[in-house]
Amino acid sequence: MTTTERPADSDDLRSPAGNPLGFGRMLRKEDARFLRGHGRYVDDVVLPGMLHGAILRSPYAHARILSVDTTAADAHPGVKAVITGKTLEGLNLAWMPTLSGDVTAVLATDKVRFQGQEVAFVIADDEYTARDALELVDVEYEPLPAVVDARHALDPDAPVIRDDLDGRTDNHIYDWEAGDAEACEAAFARADVVVAEDMIYPRVHPAPMETCGSVAYMDKVTGKLTVWTTTQAPHAHRTVYALVAGLPEHKIQIISPDIGGGFGNKVGIYPGYVLSIVGSIVTGAPVKWMEDRSENLMSTSFARDYHMHGEIAATKDGKILALRVNVLADHGAFNGVAQPTKFPAGFFHVFTGSYDYPAAHCKVTAVYTNKALGGVAYACSFRITEAVYLVERMVDCLAFELKMDPAELRMKNLLRPEQFPYTSPTGWVYDSGDYPRALAEAMRIAGYDELRKEQAERRAAAARPGADPSAPLMGIGLSFFTEAVGAGPRKHMDILGLGMADGCELRLHPTGKAQLRLSVQTQGQGHETTFAQIVSHVIGIPPEDIEVLHGDTDNTPFGLGTYGSRSTPVSGAAAAVAAQRVKEKARIVAAAALECSVEDLEWEHGRWYVRGDPESAKTMAELAMAAHSALELPEGVEGHLDASVVYDPPNLTYPFGAYICVVDVDPQTGAVKVRRFIAVDDCGPRINPMIVEGQVHGGLADGVGMALMEVIAFDSDGNNLGGSFMDYLLPTSMECPSWELGMTVTPSPHHPIGVKGVGESATVGSPAAVVNAVLDALGLRHADMPFTPAMTWRAMQGRPMRPDLAIE
Amino acid sequence: MRISVRVNGDEASGDVEPRLLLVHYLRQTLGLTGTHWGCDTSNCGACTVLLDGVPVKSCTVLAVMADGHAVTTVEGLATSDGLDPVQEGFMQEHGLQCGFCTPGMMLTARALLDRDPDPDEATIREAISGNLCRCTGYENIVRAIRWAAGHPAAEVAKEASL
Ligand code: FES
Ligand code: FES
Repeated sequence: MTTTERPADSDDLRSPAGNPLGFGRMLRKEDARFLRGHGRYVDDVVLPGMLHGAILRSPYAHARILSVDTTAADAHPGVKAVITGKTLEGLNLAWMPTLSGDVTAVLATDKVRFQGQEVAFVIADDEYTARDALELVDVEYEPLPAVVDARHALDPDAPVIRDDLDGRTDNHIYDWEAGDAEACEAAFARADVVVAEDMIYPRVHPAPMETCGSVAYMDKVTGKLTVWTTTQAPHAHRTVYALVAGLPEHKIQIISPDIGGGFGNKVGIYPGYVLSIVGSIVTGAPVKWMEDRSENLMSTSFARDYHMHGEIAATKDGKILALRVNVLADHGAFNGVAQPTKFPAGFFHVFTGSYDYPAAHCKVTAVYTNKALGGVAYACSFRITEAVYLVERMVDCLAFELKMDPAELRMKNLLRPEQFPYTSPTGWVYDSGDYPRALAEAMRIAGYDELRKEQAERRAAAARPGADPSAPLMGIGLSFFTEAVGAGPRKHMDILGLGMADGCELRLHPTGKAQLRLSVQTQGQGHETTFAQIVSHVIGIPPEDIEVLHGDTDNTPFGLGTYGSRSTPVSGAAAAVAAQRVKEKARIVAAAALECSVEDLEWEHGRWYVRGDPESAKTMAELAMAAHSALELPEGVEGHLDASVVYDPPNLTYPFGAYICVVDVDPQTGAVKVRRFIAVDDCGPRINPMIVEGQVHGGLADGVGMALMEVIAFDSDGNNLGGSFMDYLLPTSMECPSWELGMTVTPSPHHPIGVKGVGESATVGSPAAVVNAVLDALGLRHADMPFTPAMTWRAMQGRPMRPDLAIE
Repeated sequence: MRISVRVNGDEASGDVEPRLLLVHYLRQTLGLTGTHWGCDTSNCGACTVLLDGVPVKSCTVLAVMADGHAVTTVEGLATSDGLDPVQEGFMQEHGLQCGFCTPGMMLTARALLDRDPDPDEATIREAISGNLCRCTGYENIVRAIRWAAGHPAAEVAKEASL
């Protein structure tokens, strides 16, 4: 199927509004407000008497703070308060815990440890005044040498960044390993071919179009704190505020209104959020803080920054025997990675990918550097982006050495359908898949053989005497990815001790209309539509009659939120189970109303009817009214139609896909043009195919961005060189081709409706396809992304550059 | 400074600081929060509005520069007859996800269709290249604008009233 054909709706029945009663293409409910400019984002929140805060940030990557003088700022007209690290020390709030068992400074007290770190917070009548007054805060620094190159962070003479931690004498954070080193050793010993390669997945940034911010109001009379904030995890934020600030959790309301894109940028708790709360406590007024774009790029959650050394072992006919990898992980100045507690390197150890081989091992060493904190963000599925990039690059390196077609090599090694459920060498249990089918489908859509033929012809033409020196170099790149999404199960996965399960409440009103309350939070994924479709699919009431509520902790059940593509696998399951429970309760009500036994009832299209007598029937709407009426129900059955569910997933779900990218590289400038991109995704059944395709489109653009444009590099003083959209380049409509999508459908056997999640698939899978295509065009085994014209040109000249440093 | 600006057909006037950006004038002074702000460097286009029918980045225009001119924001796109075809197209073709870039994107599209009612894909891609979107990969935005080109205003209004 290509994108130009509309997929058939899975359910032909239509609601009065013309929507599918269940799965199928349905226009989004949330669009009505966005199209009219009536979305309500955090920066749109205006409260009476609201003040505005702005953050003074460090110009240095590493420096001792000698003094902070706020006299002039305090005296500036319109300034209401200036908060410094000292103020916070008095409140015991200068430091806060990170999501990875470390601490991070809210406002720096002793030292600044990265450029852009928060030093003071000015609160004024309006934003312009607050920013004016920032210039009046006088900070005296003593600059210190900065640790910029992660590869020198553990040198014996490296400056110690975290001297705030007792007994610290180096910049080492942790060593962590997975897999079987000995089995790997044995496999490598008997291999015909061993290929080793070093590669960097550089520091990038999710950069949603809406930056981070919050509006906090502490009502001193009621003691209630309300925070409107850009968060993907409102409930988790509430609990963290309660634990950190000692505020009573029942008096905290977190409202995550419309969110202008998240991509992992809005999982963590940033100093600015805490400062808006402290600011409201100090001034008694609501305080708004919105970061600007350079603050966003310089100080909030970066992603990746993995230096990887991979080694792959194979037989000479291309059967992979083992893969091992050593990673140096640059975590910045504080270990603030947002991931399940027991997984310090996230899910990186799923790096064995989509292939069948018995031995694998990885070792990850994490270090502090004088850069911003973060690491897990940008739709990475807890580091599976890095894992997929590693394995898909290594497979291409192997193909390069074996002079084998990379598609053939992949086909030869892909897991076969009969191997599922499959336990990987590092312990993951892949739930279901038909990998060869997906790759074959991608090759069919691409016209793979013709593409290779065209490439051979072009290469032959270029080799002829008098050939056009400007003729583009054509490259074809593949990647095959396996995702692991939908974290929990909660016995294995928690964040700060909070198990990764999600709640959901479904309530039918007497007239048969419903409200569904979710713990997860949409940032553009269309939950208000798809979750209504899930409920409609199970109980048959029209999706337009189901209101989905989320993003307000006072009105929704507890859960861990939306990231790691977990909404549909976890909350989607919760919604389906809640709907199933309502359906079963409705059956009891129907039996009472129809005066029969529940065993006599059959379900069909939104109604229960008496077997053999289809006229004796009650629709969901009739049953909702009956459940609220005087109708006598059996002993022990309460009235009303509702259900409350906490869903603890038994396993992760494993979406997968096959991607093919075709590029043309200008041999005279190094400019890369993505000519075509074919993406076959398998995320199980598609609740709303239109929304799924949109999710894939967005992720593919991310892949083009990371492969060709996006990087945050640093100079030798630790200055951030990607601190604005003039330096940190996002793909535009000109860099993106018209995406060609296809699909296969392999349901998850353990999910109540078989769906697997798709939010991050394309971001995870696509960078390797683009990079493989560029390197195929250049005829090189490896060079690091992003392939900007300069990087590509240097690679072509045999002098590749490191992307992470502006120093050679 | 005292300014007077025609915003979505209504006259707005008042005193503003000379340095006040048009985007902040619209959002904060007039409360028209449909116009968004996304960068410090005039790169993202989230703030795009029409100034006398021409798309401008309102973070790069001072409010005082709009004195005596007409501004159209997303709130002024729909008429009493219904949605602008561009808005309808964005809905029909799923041209928006988080909705943050959408107002600027739609105003850029409206200005394009006003000068070229039947643009091809390449023309559309070029026209929106100053508007960043982090969610959609642009594909459905292009389709949305094509949809609008194929559905003149009168037709959209008629369908909406059915
Ligand atoms: S806010 Fe980014 S261009 Fe105006
Ligand atoms: S829809 Fe989210 S930025 Fe465009």
